[in-house]
Amino acid sequence: MSLDADQVRRVAELARLAVDDAELPVYAQELSSILNMVDQLQSANTEGVEPMAHPLNMVQRLRADAVTEKPDREAFQALAPQAEGGHYLVPRVIE
Amino acid sequence: MTNALHTLSVSELAQGLRDKSYSAVELAEHFLARIKAHDGHINALITCTENEALDDARRADAALAAGTAGALTGIPLVHKDIFLTEGVRTTCASRMLDNFVAPFDATVVAKLKQAGVVSLGKANMDEFAMGSSNETSYYGASRNPWDAERIAGGSSGGSAAAVAAGFAPLATGTDTGGSVRQPAALTGLTGLKPTYGRCSRWGIVAFASSLDQAGGFARSAEDLALMLGAMAGFDPKDSTSAQQDVPDYLAELAQPLAGIKIGRPREFFAAGLDAATGAAVDAAIEQYRQLGAEIVDISLPNVGLSVPTYYVVAPAEASSNLARFDGVRYGHRADSPADLKDLYSRSRGEGFGREVQRRIMIGAYVLSHGYYDAYYLQAQKVRQLIAADFERAFADVDLIIGPTTPTPAYKLGEKNNDPVTMYLDDIYTVSANLAGLPALSAPCGMVEGLPVGMQLIGPQFAEGRLLAATHAYQQATDWHLQRAEVAQ
Repeated sequence: MSLDADQVRRVAELARLAVDDAELPVYAQELSSILNMVDQLQSANTEGVEPMAHPLNMVQRLRADAVTEKPDREAFQALAPQAEGGHYLVPRVIE
Repeated sequence: MTNALHTLSVSELAQGLRDKSYSAVELAEHFLARIKAHDGHINALITCTENEALDDARRADAALAAGTAGALTGIPLVHKDIFLTEGVRTTCASRMLDNFVAPFDATVVAKLKQAGVVSLGKANMDEFAMGSSNETSYYGASRNPWDAERIAGGSSGGSAAAVAAGFAPLATGTDTGGSVRQPAALTGLTGLKPTYGRCSRWGIVAFASSLDQAGGFARSAEDLALMLGAMAGFDPKDSTSAQQDVPDYLAELAQPLAGIKIGRPREFFAAGLDAATGAAVDAAIEQYRQLGAEIVDISLPNVGLSVPTYYVVAPAEASSNLARFDGVRYGHRADSPADLKDLYSRSRGEGFGREVQRRIMIGAYVLSHGYYDAYYLQAQKVRQLIAADFERAFADVDLIIGPTTPTPAYKLGEKNNDPVTMYLDDIYTVSANLAGLPALSAPCGMVEGLPVGMQLIGPQFAEGRLLAATHAYQQATDWHLQRAEVAQ
């Protein structure tokens, strides 16, 4: 499997990564090389094999629906590039 | 007080503290002075937390005076910069988090703090733990203390370089595909990746959530046993944390080796393994035979597909985990965004380095409509086959032995042209992550002045057996006592 520059542009857009046009062919070559390596997987016979999502054979634990700690909004928002009055600020979304 | 404190084991250091041969503050000062003298060259640390370290050390001295000290009270350590440390910058070696000061401690950090360790700083690593040479760090690569022209390994390269250079007797790391074991092998250290779920992932910046596990570096299995005992345990904050009691790993070191069956998978000694590295590992296997272990030839038929499986599963999980870096709540934000999409795309494009962007794109691609079944689902099925190979093997043997890496440390810049050549070097380590097994690398020889590591893999939660088998080897050999010149 190989990717061309247009496909890389599309994947980068889906992943919300701004990539310079000049970089697209370089990424196309690198990602194609990775996909070629990964294509070895097609040789495995996996008929009837259950996909494995997780290494531990465990049941998902449930916890009590109770407050254990209070988030410190001011401390967390101090990390934000732009916050005001308890809100995170972003460019205008609705005109 | 001796000038050679950095050559002592953790138990020896703890004894010296109890005997008042030196204080915890003096011990911290000794290691801080070594960092100042040598880290300009080695680049093992991203942040040195001198003031916090001396505060920790004063608390340790108070505990020692009060008689409440434990086995790790006052012992210096460095944390990989992927562990959140409250009030201390936590970068994950990325421009994205260059200015990020963590608002809370990772559980592993909190547990070690509770045990009385003195944290000296935050160790360099590959950006978001993606890399095998530490060269993807935004802060430049760590250098190998054995030869500064060579890699210290990755992704926990700074942690390994710090212990190998004598900056601290212990370091934390994380291992998603070999990121503790490979740098341990390349720098002559003992490094452990515990069973998936053994140590909490809470407060570790997530890379691939079904593979990530916290581990550690030390100079010996005995030192590691002390550290693991403090790190491990159930954590309600991590939904995949294992509800398993933590044994006394120090006591488990006494498990006898006689009668233990060790499997030697022929697939780990096939083409691609450097001859001298393979010879060093085979010599270690012979040593184990002499120590009373039975060596059995085994086969792991699907293990050859570990690297392609890993490079689907890990990027897929990474692309999902790294979606949180959006330039809104924390981390890098691009200047003057035109709109919200531009804010996301440019913040991420500027904040992430090339290797991280490659993996996000691979992940987004293999999860996308039309490719999901062929790549992601197929990889999850092959993962099941690989795990089944190990399960079959462990029905017959107690441990598995092989090389940790195909070659000793290579030169900085040598494998930068094609990402795949570097990925293929993970061939012996990634399968333990895919199957969730504990695995350890320990030094077993030298090739042209560079350390070689052997890898031991065990069944789930057999950390005690891994450490005991390594301890028995280290009682009979002295490879783990070899030190780089800078650490003498």
